[in-house]
Amino acid sequence: MTDITARVAPPPPTAREKLKFYGLWAAAAILLLLLPKVFSSGGSLTTFSLIGISIIFALSYNILLGQTGMLSFGHAVYYGLGGFLVIHAINIIGGNKWPIPLPLVPLIGGITGLVFAALLGWVSTQRSGTAFAMISLGVAELIASSALILRTFFGGEAGISANRTKLLKFFDWNFGPQIQIYYLVAAWTLVCMIAMYALTRTPLGRMCNAVRDNPERVQFVGYDPHVVRYIAFCFSGFFAGIAGALAAINFEIANSAYLGAVQSGTVLFAAYIGGVGFFIGPIVGAIFVTLLSLGLSDLTTVWQLYFGLLFIAIVMYAPGGITGLLMMHRPLIRGGTLGKVLPSYVIAFVPTLALVIGLMLGIESIVHYTMNSMEDPNIKAFGIPFNAASPVTWMISLVLVVGGFFVARMTWKRVAHAWDEALTAARAKGLAA
Amino acid sequence: MLELIVISTLNSILFGMLLFLMASGLTVIFSMLGVLNFAHASFYMLGAFFGFQISRWVGFWPALVIAPLLAGLIGAAVERYGLRRVHRNGHVAELLFTFGLAFAIEEVVQIIWGKSPVDFRVPPALDFPAFTIFSTNYPAYKMFMLLASIAIFIALLLVLKRTRIGMIVQAALTHPHMVGHLGHNVGRIFMLVFGVGTALAAVAGVIAGPALVTQSNMAGLLGPILFVVVVVGGLGSLPGAFIASLLIGFVQTFAVSMNGSLSEVFGPLSPAYATTWLSDIWNVTVAQVAPVLPYVLLVLILAFRPMGLLGTRET
Repeated sequence: MTDITARVAPPPPTAREKLKFYGLWAAAAILLLLLPKVFSSGGSLTTFSLIGISIIFALSYNILLGQTGMLSFGHAVYYGLGGFLVIHAINIIGGNKWPIPLPLVPLIGGITGLVFAALLGWVSTQRSGTAFAMISLGVAELIASSALILRTFFGGEAGISANRTKLLKFFDWNFGPQIQIYYLVAAWTLVCMIAMYALTRTPLGRMCNAVRDNPERVQFVGYDPHVVRYIAFCFSGFFAGIAGALAAINFEIANSAYLGAVQSGTVLFAAYIGGVGFFIGPIVGAIFVTLLSLGLSDLTTVWQLYFGLLFIAIVMYAPGGITGLLMMHRPLIRGGTLGKVLPSYVIAFVPTLALVIGLMLGIESIVHYTMNSMEDPNIKAFGIPFNAASPVTWMISLVLVVGGFFVARMTWKRVAHAWDEALTAARAKGLAA
Repeated sequence: MLELIVISTLNSILFGMLLFLMASGLTVIFSMLGVLNFAHASFYMLGAFFGFQISRWVGFWPALVIAPLLAGLIGAAVERYGLRRVHRNGHVAELLFTFGLAFAIEEVVQIIWGKSPVDFRVPPALDFPAFTIFSTNYPAYKMFMLLASIAIFIALLLVLKRTRIGMIVQAALTHPHMVGHLGHNVGRIFMLVFGVGTALAAVAGVIAGPALVTQSNMAGLLGPILFVVVVVGGLGSLPGAFIASLLIGFVQTFAVSMNGSLSEVFGPLSPAYATTWLSDIWNVTVAQVAPVLPYVLLVLILAFRPMGLLGTRET
């Protein structure tokens, strides 16, 4: 028995690998600590806080989608309930002057998420795949609609608010200024990231992967896939509750939008656009989606359409997400054949960019016509002024879209061809696994 | 009381049949392609908006034909150029694709027609009370809705059970390879089925548009209930979807017309509980709970009969 383990088990990590591993987390911690020193404006601190919350939420979502293979359309339930309970908790703690400082309060949100996931999860995790997706949607609608009926607890449309500064001071911090909230969020983000990464390394985390890939075989081995899914679901609810709690602390308010379908959709977008196949994927996605939604909404009124189109494009052409696209290049870098694909990228970039610009020009012109056709047709989109009423604009848009598409399609084929060659060359060198 | 029951029953059947019009398309698509079309309610919405726009140009009756055709064409294109591509990445990717599509369609509709409801009116030919029961006028348009839904239901049954096309479609459901070997283009059958399914949803949209409100969030409101219908009926079961549609039609319509609450039955709570969340539960009326009831039904069904009412398989 021990012979077999010795032969089959991977060798224990070398000192260098260990150093690399712990160094990565230490670097992340230092980065989080130094970020506000570099970008100290109030706006960027708020952005960082939102990104941190979004990272925890997206990672908790990935425990379901990426690691256990459960597509949930209702993850915001645990996020939102965590947020509501925390707002109530802050009011109660502040009112009774209990000696609980704010940094511990997110735990209440986590426990709320855990409790509700434990209550609601047993029914929904009985099945995976499409059925699970539908059930999660139904349960989410149930909770979200109830939130509008139970007005005293959920505060109706307006939501309920709290004052986070009323709590016991924590080393002279009252958590009024955004910088203190930033450090609170950053600390929790780091702790949650490490905890969720550690979870993927436990036997439970491995079992989750097994359930995702082959539930029948898991059953043969002697585990109940339902139970594994259920436990994963509970963990996921716990971390989602922490994220919701941090969001509620950040805004000092919780309303029914926290629980809604839009919130569930956003986290799904973030996790999937980032890439669900890798641990780092949802982190990348959370950063990307938060920045995009903050940045695009300043540039155009219909940013959500671009968002949806981007998501569809990712689902169709890059199911591994952004991280998946980047990771594809690892064998090429190791094999030293990256140079073979880069020229084809440059060639493909021009017509693809033309296609995208044409699409954007067309969308913005149509938006101008339908939404504010009374106004001056000389509009600015993405900082570029153009005349939405002139036929020239429409022609340019049409030419760019149609022409760009046909040229781009040819260059994409070239990219695929160059890619195959590069990969084969890398494999031939025996360096890529 | 009798008045309430009769009117509510009529309205329940009406709502139930409309639900079934959509659920039938969804169920057929699900059982053929194995993917639950998340954007199905979006095609219902597209049908309503196309119907509105076309009826402005050429009148309601041509719109009733043209709008579903257009929506069906879009649906077929979505299957051919979108879903088929995504198919090789598995069902989760397909579901995600239709989810993104639903999101994008809602945004596009908002861009073109705005966020506020559009003025989609009942055609003048049907704008009169059909009959009067218990001093309530029952509009002729609702009768038309009912008849149209039942006609389509019967037509669908006949096509599926009695024609050659129906036989091929049914065979492609269970044995796609066999059908392919017999010389039928299974890919084209899939595309057609998807197109017809979305066209069915659009028919429901054109019919329901004037009676309900035509606005850009109508898909978001109806979509989740549609999935409740499909899950409660049993995934992939057409008769199950029929029963579940009517069941949900009845549950919702009757609940809306009832005003009772726990405090009416048991009396108000003591003043000590007046402003706590307990009083919310106590004072909420059945009518207020109506939007939640389909989901309660969903959870109950899942707890006691996970495969749905007439479903045969677990997943």
